[in-house]
Amino acid sequence: MRDYTVGGAEAKIAEANGLVDADWYKPKVDRELMKQFMARNNGFAALHIASWFAALGVFGYLAHLSWGSWWAVPAFATYGVLYGSMSDSRWHETGHRTAFRTKWMNDVIYYIASFMVFREPETWRWSHARHHSDTIIVGRDAEIAGKRNVPFYKYLLELFSFAAFPAELKQWIQNAFGKITANQKDFQPPETFRISKWASRVYLLILTATVVFSWQIRSFEPMMFIGLPSIYGHWFLVMLGFTQHAGLAENTIDHRLNSRTVYMGPLNRWIYWNMNYHVEHHMFPSVPFHQLKNLHEAVKDQLPPPYKSTLSALREVVYALRRQAKDENFFIQRQLPQTAA
Amino acid sequence: MSDEWIVACDFASVAANDVVRCDVADATYAVIKLSDGRCSVIDGLCTHGKAHLAEGFVDGTTIECPKHNGRFDALTGEPVASPVRVATTVYETRVNVDKIEFRKN
Repeated sequence: MRDYTVGGAEAKIAEANGLVDADWYKPKVDRELMKQFMARNNGFAALHIASWFAALGVFGYLAHLSWGSWWAVPAFATYGVLYGSMSDSRWHETGHRTAFRTKWMNDVIYYIASFMVFREPETWRWSHARHHSDTIIVGRDAEIAGKRNVPFYKYLLELFSFAAFPAELKQWIQNAFGKITANQKDFQPPETFRISKWASRVYLLILTATVVFSWQIRSFEPMMFIGLPSIYGHWFLVMLGFTQHAGLAENTIDHRLNSRTVYMGPLNRWIYWNMNYHVEHHMFPSVPFHQLKNLHEAVKDQLPPPYKSTLSALREVVYALRRQAKDENFFIQRQLPQTAA
Repeated sequence: MSDEWIVACDFASVAANDVVRCDVADATYAVIKLSDGRCSVIDGLCTHGKAHLAEGFVDGTTIECPKHNGRFDALTGEPVASPVRVATTVYETRVNVDKIEFRKN
């Protein structure tokens, strides 16, 4: 059975095969065009963040008003997705520091979104850097969501963070008490452990204060607003996130073979901050979310055809994960365009 | 080490707020021109990951690595944004008539 342990036996094989920090395929893009794509501004992100917080405020207020009635179910369901799923794309883009031009603006939203999506910010910053160095390289990439030989029901449980939430909470507690995990030691510089410890302490303090307040007023309503949405609102991020790489090739150094670009509607792209252009994002991480569609237009002739819809991509993901549960050698082989180098 | 001036490229071949790659012998460099015309030649490869900084993005007086978005100060080489932790080498740079030149000592 394939060993996905970061730094494990597969990591040595990857290194021997030249897959560590390798030279990845890149399509040709005119430099002047690329400079336009990479240009930053604060306005787009500020508008998007404002609309996100406004939506959280509106649905949070509706959820509060409807507390105790059945209307609370759709209100909290929407609030949960805005909190526990939409925070993922904000976490991601500000982690790359491409959302805003101004560094501190990226960092403020990054720390807020990290808490909401339930990720310790410093560890995940470094794990994501590794994900970009060694995308879906087994034994190196700590962010491989679609592992082979995993029963499909476990992925369904993960819609509500069944394994991820306890694992992350455990790390926060360990970090808060000064213990650093083996994963962190593999990809995170020792001088950053201090940040992980303090971030974990602050995040745990917020969670504890929420639980104490809920207990004091004898209502779990506060926890429905802070903390629990990271679980009950997690499903939408899993659904969109699995379209990125699941079921595709492992141990390749060509993002055209291990990543998907999926055409999504405006609502999903607002929630997901255009991460549906995932092949393009991996090839050019310096391009901000608001330029990914333009980048896609510039390079699409050099890439495999995009998926026509979220549903078509998810259908393939479900099929592949179910096959891989029984056959770890199965994967979806993407067809490269004949015009590509 | 050499104190000879090495021609990196024509001054006009680098746009303001941009960077180009310059390979000399077995080494690779990034030649940066800031918006005010100041130039800087630094090591071509990022100190964090295997990426050519010449494919990166010049913003103000910083250059961003195209692979992980780490940033260096283009004039001092100091890291200014993670995941970059180690400073890059900045070479003594001058504009000589219409050429950008640098030397290693």
